[in-house]
Amino acid sequence: MSNIVAVNGLSFRYGDRLALDDISLSVARGSMFALLGPNGSGKTTFFRILATLLSPQDGTATIDGFDVVKDCAAVRRRIGIVFQSPSLDIHLSVEENLRHSGHLYGLRGSDLQQRIDTALEAVTLTDRRGERVKALSGGMRRRAEIARVLLHRPQLLILDEPSTGLDPAARAELWRHLGRVRAESDATILVTTHLMDEAERCDRVAIFDQGKLVITGTPDELKSRIGGDCVTIRGADLNRLAADIDAANLGPARALDQALRIETTSATKLAADLMQRFGDRISELTIGRPTLDDVFIHETGRVFDAVKSDAPSKQKGRR
Amino acid sequence: MHAEGSNVKATDLLWLPAWTLCKREITRFLRQRGRIVGAVGMPLIFWLMFGGGLYNSFQLDGVEGSYLEFTFPGAIAAILLFTAIFSMITVIDDRDNGFMQGVLVAPVSRAAIVLGKVMGASALAVGQAALFLLFAPLAGLRPGVVDVVVTIGAMVVLAVGVCGLGFWIAWRMETTQGFHAIMNLVLMPMLALSGAFFPITGATRIVGWLMTINPMTYGVALLRCSFGGVAEDTASRIHWTLALGVSVGFAVLMVVLSLITARREARQAAV
Repeated sequence: MSNIVAVNGLSFRYGDRLALDDISLSVARGSMFALLGPNGSGKTTFFRILATLLSPQDGTATIDGFDVVKDCAAVRRRIGIVFQSPSLDIHLSVEENLRHSGHLYGLRGSDLQQRIDTALEAVTLTDRRGERVKALSGGMRRRAEIARVLLHRPQLLILDEPSTGLDPAARAELWRHLGRVRAESDATILVTTHLMDEAERCDRVAIFDQGKLVITGTPDELKSRIGGDCVTIRGADLNRLAADIDAANLGPARALDQALRIETTSATKLAADLMQRFGDRISELTIGRPTLDDVFIHETGRVFDAVKSDAPSKQKGRR
Repeated sequence: MHAEGSNVKATDLLWLPAWTLCKREITRFLRQRGRIVGAVGMPLIFWLMFGGGLYNSFQLDGVEGSYLEFTFPGAIAAILLFTAIFSMITVIDDRDNGFMQGVLVAPVSRAAIVLGKVMGASALAVGQAALFLLFAPLAGLRPGVVDVVVTIGAMVVLAVGVCGLGFWIAWRMETTQGFHAIMNLVLMPMLALSGAFFPITGATRIVGWLMTINPMTYGVALLRCSFGGVAEDTASRIHWTLALGVSVGFAVLMVVLSLITARREARQAAV
């Protein structure tokens, strides 16, 4: 079985609101897979279904061949879940948290102790094992969460917005550890994220928007669909500039955050034309390869609003 | 890495998780001093205020001894109930934003969650109520060793009942505010109408009737019988066998209801 996750025609409704609409996708064993989408795109609902916390109203989802609803005990033994909100007890030490967690999987004794040592080693927290979780930084807590879910050696690690609330240095560190976990095991890693650069690190990306799966592919495949380069322009009165560029048949120019973006197959010529006609209104012009931002706009016709709906505000504080 | 767990015995996914959840409950409690003060301190203060304040104001019909003495078993019942409430209210946040999230996606039986939580909270409740027994001499009470042992046994039965009740309510709640509302509407009246503060014999017909159907009444009567070393509680005229029967039945019912609710609603719990 080459796919660890197989999802077919999955739908989920909260009352009248359709949160997931007929999703079908598969995740190859051993890969690193990103579910990319803005908040409200349905990716967290999808995550909760795979985590066996919600039952879909339509469709099926299997993990390692086991149905997430009918065989949820078998699925639970195979998955390790890192939640967006903390799931460690802050009053307990890192090691106490891990020991309790191991017991939940029926692990005990020297076997458990050995697994705790290995897991702490994998996230370089061995020297902090005796500290209470509340004394750790956000990045260390997140790494401790990862250590916690490694104990039972899951085949599939699912992380919901793992970078939420972390500073850039802690994020980089987290991804370095995820890479290490992947290199040292054959576990599949599935990450939900609203951050393009995180999705770029994965082998495959599934873009979600408004409850629908928009497109799936490797980051390069997705970007190559744009068929060329992107010219980004900054300047004053971008709305009028966009209209003028469209009128001059040089567009379509799409408005991004504080910039305009035009997809093209001949970037240098377009840049020259733009500078010639609108040079006095352009303060900055750059030519670049398309990003997943461009893919999102290209596929959905909407600007990815990750900036406005940045995740930390979504997270409830611990009480 | 490879699939694990196939060699794990089924019992390891019930009693081991239940034990670990129980232990976690106790460990975290001992590290939060404020909770100890809240659960023992509040009933102690109320008992001393009301029991001492009303010391000479009331002479209760059919009740011997001071009001302070009369309300001592009631204060024990209050400690058991408050500890259960404080322990179970954590279920709500813990399930959506805390440690319980990891428990819900582990292959543990839902029964393990109920048993672990109820055992842990009951141990805390009994521990605190047993500490409160040290204050008995303040009411002029000098119980014998056997009475103390029997009383602790009665506390265990009551604690399991109120903790089961707390779990059953908390598990179905979406917010802690909802739990507070139920606490004020249901749990506080249960304590007030349990015979802890006034005897059923002097109550109006409706209140008397409410007290008769209130399971806490039998719990308080059981405490009075065991603590006083008597076969029948003079304040409620409930025989210890009836008190024990109802209390055990209530505890079993609450645990069973909690098991059913946890099993049924687990999948909706984390929405």
